[in-house]
Amino acid sequence: MASPSLMDTLFQRTLDDIIKGLRHQQAGESAFISKVVEEIRREIKSTDLHTKSIALQKLTYLNSIYFIDMSWAAFHAIECISSPNFSHKKVGYLAISMSFNESTSVILLITNQLRKDLKSNNEFEVSLALDCLSRIGTADLCRDLTPEVFTLLSSSKVFVRKKAIGVVLRVFGKYPDAVRVCFKRLVECLDGTDPQIVSAVVGVFCELASKDPRSYLPLAPEFYRILVDSRNNWVLIKVLKIFAKLAPLEPRLAKRVVEPICEHMRRTGAKSLMFECIRTVVTSFTDYESAVKLSVAKIRDFLVDDDPNLKYLGLHALSIIAPNHLWAVLENKEVVIKSLSDDDPNVKLESLRLVVAMVSESNVVEICRVLVNYSLKSDPEFCNEILGSILSKCCQNVYEIIVDFDWYVSLLGEMSRIPHCQKGEEIENQLIDIGMRVKDVRPELVRVGRDLLIDPALLGNSFLHRILSAAAWVCGEYVEFSRKPVELVEALLQPRTSLLPPSIRTVYIQSAFKILIFCLHSYLLQRENIADDMASEMLGLKSQGECSGSSALVAGKAPARQEQDEGFNPRDSNKSYEDLSIINEGDVSALLEKGFTHESIVNLLNLIELALGPLSGSPDVEVQERSKNVLGFVDLIKQEISNGFVSERASKIIDMVHDAFTEELGPVSVNAQEKVPIPDGLMLKESLADLDAICGNVQLPSSISFSMGSPFGESVGASVSIPQSKEESEPSSESTSLLAEHRKRHGLYYLPSEKNETLANDYPPANDPKSSDNTNDDAQDLVKLADKSLLPKRRSNHAKPRPVVVKLDEGDVVPFIAKKSDTRDDLLSDAVRDILLGVEKPDLGNPSSRRSKHRSHGKEKSRKSPEKKNSDEIGDGEKEKQKSRHRHGRHKTKQRAEGPLNVAAQTPVIPDFLL
Amino acid sequence: MIHFVLLISRQGKVRLTKWYSPYSQKERNKVIRELSGVILTRGPKLCNFVEWRGYKVVYKRYASLYFCMCIDQDDNELEVLEIIHHYVEILDRYFGSVCELDLIFNFHKAYYILDELLIAGELQESSKKTVARLIAAQDSLVETAKEQASSISNIIAQATK
Repeated sequence: MASPSLMDTLFQRTLDDIIKGLRHQQAGESAFISKVVEEIRREIKSTDLHTKSIALQKLTYLNSIYFIDMSWAAFHAIECISSPNFSHKKVGYLAISMSFNESTSVILLITNQLRKDLKSNNEFEVSLALDCLSRIGTADLCRDLTPEVFTLLSSSKVFVRKKAIGVVLRVFGKYPDAVRVCFKRLVECLDGTDPQIVSAVVGVFCELASKDPRSYLPLAPEFYRILVDSRNNWVLIKVLKIFAKLAPLEPRLAKRVVEPICEHMRRTGAKSLMFECIRTVVTSFTDYESAVKLSVAKIRDFLVDDDPNLKYLGLHALSIIAPNHLWAVLENKEVVIKSLSDDDPNVKLESLRLVVAMVSESNVVEICRVLVNYSLKSDPEFCNEILGSILSKCCQNVYEIIVDFDWYVSLLGEMSRIPHCQKGEEIENQLIDIGMRVKDVRPELVRVGRDLLIDPALLGNSFLHRILSAAAWVCGEYVEFSRKPVELVEALLQPRTSLLPPSIRTVYIQSAFKILIFCLHSYLLQRENIADDMASEMLGLKSQGECSGSSALVAGKAPARQEQDEGFNPRDSNKSYEDLSIINEGDVSALLEKGFTHESIVNLLNLIELALGPLSGSPDVEVQERSKNVLGFVDLIKQEISNGFVSERASKIIDMVHDAFTEELGPVSVNAQEKVPIPDGLMLKESLADLDAICGNVQLPSSISFSMGSPFGESVGASVSIPQSKEESEPSSESTSLLAEHRKRHGLYYLPSEKNETLANDYPPANDPKSSDNTNDDAQDLVKLADKSLLPKRRSNHAKPRPVVVKLDEGDVVPFIAKKSDTRDDLLSDAVRDILLGVEKPDLGNPSSRRSKHRSHGKEKSRKSPEKKNSDEIGDGEKEKQKSRHRHGRHKTKQRAEGPLNVAAQTPVIPDFLL
Repeated sequence: MIHFVLLISRQGKVRLTKWYSPYSQKERNKVIRELSGVILTRGPKLCNFVEWRGYKVVYKRYASLYFCMCIDQDDNELEVLEIIHHYVEILDRYFGSVCELDLIFNFHKAYYILDELLIAGELQESSKKTVARLIAAQDSLVETAKEQASSISNIIAQATK
């Protein structure tokens, strides 16, 4: 396109024209915009800066309101800021601060212009440059302009100085080494008399301290002075924030500061300051009774206020204090519960958190009832919020607060039926988890599962599918507690299961299979018993006085249960008997249905065959495979048990499969893997660098020979024999010895080993071969199992003792990996510490010891002046040195990063005069 | 600190955006869409804070405009409400009972005023008078510069170049 003519310049549309034009466009807005952008593209190339700046301004407008891309105009913006004309400059800077970012390629071109403007005599030009730097400063820009910013920090104009202070925040963030140059001067600003300066500087320190409070502890005296003296609420709020961060690090500081804070709380009328005081106390000063009391009183004022903001903040403050001082919440219980039905979703959410915080062992039933009722009435989003918080509260610390698991399981069932419920995943996990952990609740669990499975309406709700999958699994796994296994099979194979996703259908099929095996096995035993006279004697012994009316069919069931229980837990069989007896008392006939006739078994087999037949052609491989397995099995059994005769082979097969299924599954610790000692000869630490070389030449034979190599062969052999070789396997590897060391150090967190030995027989952890009854330290997976009460279960709430909940040793060896903070932050705080603690800097040439220097900083202000001068000198000298320093910058940074431990070890000492 | 400032009209049109934390253009669009969805639908008698993606958004409605500022979790919400009010008062003083149209036609001035109020996401000037004075001084600088540029001699110089 040709360069713009004079006509273009003279008849250029102004910003106003465009805005008016846009407002008059009804429909063709985008067409108009693209036309304007076309114009702008032409105009912006003009050599006349005036035309250019107007074009740029128009583009900026379109970018800010209509998000039109303006990155292509970056260079034109730079041209505008280099204009001597202030209005062009202003337009240019606005465009730059709106559109530039780290990836803008021409950003380095503005360094010189920024430097020039920062040094300008016109304070407004300086301010434009500072604003721009605060917005777009990159590491390079900040590094190059640090000297100028440093100079401006002592500018005589307040207007410039406070902006420079604001910019320091960005500069420190991007270029931590700037701390070495600017920090002293920044600290001096704290002493300033001008409230704007103090306000700005405190704002900067507040931001810095929120990232790494420890580094700023030495400045506490300065902040304390401001806290006591200042009457400016803006400043006080920031200082309070700083103290909220510092106080937990230094108890002496907290003691000193808490009184002035209370003083502010009593004195102030400003709600913002009041709230900040409250928040500071409830977050960081929870040990100071009187302060907490005072703030709780103030929170109460907030709660009863008509202003929804204050109400919300009051609730928020309560939820901060709740973990430490629950009484504060209980005191305001009424308001909190009333807020559950507030119009404002924020208030509702906050009060929900508080209500949940109030839940304890004694009131969990009542509160959950209230909450579930609320959830029925509320909108889907809040409903799920409520359900989610009930679920997460109840499963806290392995269901710590739940005593009556029967109640909880039926609550889970009830929650699944709430129309808006979308918490399928959590309910699924908890149903299975409880099933595995709490033995006593299994009958109820199966009942709840059955109710869910049997309802065809639930299958249509995709949110419930995961719950149904859990229900199916539970019913399959604990089918022995079911009264009507056949009914379960029917439920699992009902036609509407076709609505389920394949992954869940597989669970259904597998569960149906388990139930089938159970039925067949019971049938077999029952036949044996009828044939065997011994069985009836056993019946006489076992069912003495518990179910006199029971027939041989019941007995057929009983040994079945016993046998399977004996497999893993002799003690427990008694317990199951108790359960059984209760059921029997209530409804003998129900149990009778467990008895299987030949006909019922054949019917069952037919049913399964009929339902799974079509699935053997399912496109989903998993469904197909499982249903084929089941069908194959059914086929086999059908042939073998024809004419009411069960062949030896069939009963053997059934026994074997049944044995496999009765293998107990238990919860597995997250750390289980770590507990397996690494076998001899397995080199986990060995560098895999060689692998590259081997894989480099892609020849197949070589890689095969590698995988066949001795280390692998050995390891396989060793890992197979883990249980046996455990005793002799020595803690050869590094990790094992580390673990041992850790245990020695934190011995009290581990259970005494003798106890574990006795418990090991009781309840084997999951995935442990039966042979693991020997005493190995796998038993540490179990936290103590209280003695089981032999009392029969009762429905009443209080009379029932809490059932045993199997726990894993959570929080025991959970490897806590501290989140690594941003390296930039590390660099920044290292630099700050260096400055504050006066670690000698080579370029400073000031070999005064850390301690004395530190003292001079806090204690004797008079002695500051020479230092000040000194730092001024640095400032001047720095400019020259800057360049040479940068060359080494990278190297230095690395060094610092390597030695963060040293720095951290130097705990800053707070001058005693304060404390 | 304040992460961004948004001015949204009741119809969901954006009137001003200022980003103190890095957001790409895509993210900006998403943020605006999300927040205007949340904020514009809130009723009049609810509290002025919205929890959003781990941040808090403080908003206040003045006539047809919503002023929103996004802050960190532990920043003081009431203080930010005051900052918003402060900004509105300054705008009001500057434009003489400000309305949405003023901000539409003088969008750059709204930015300049905001720049005097906040820097790097922190409040830098709490005095209305000072801000007004600074803005006036800069305006007059701009005016003189403009006059110079649009003087006849300048145009002739341009034309004859």
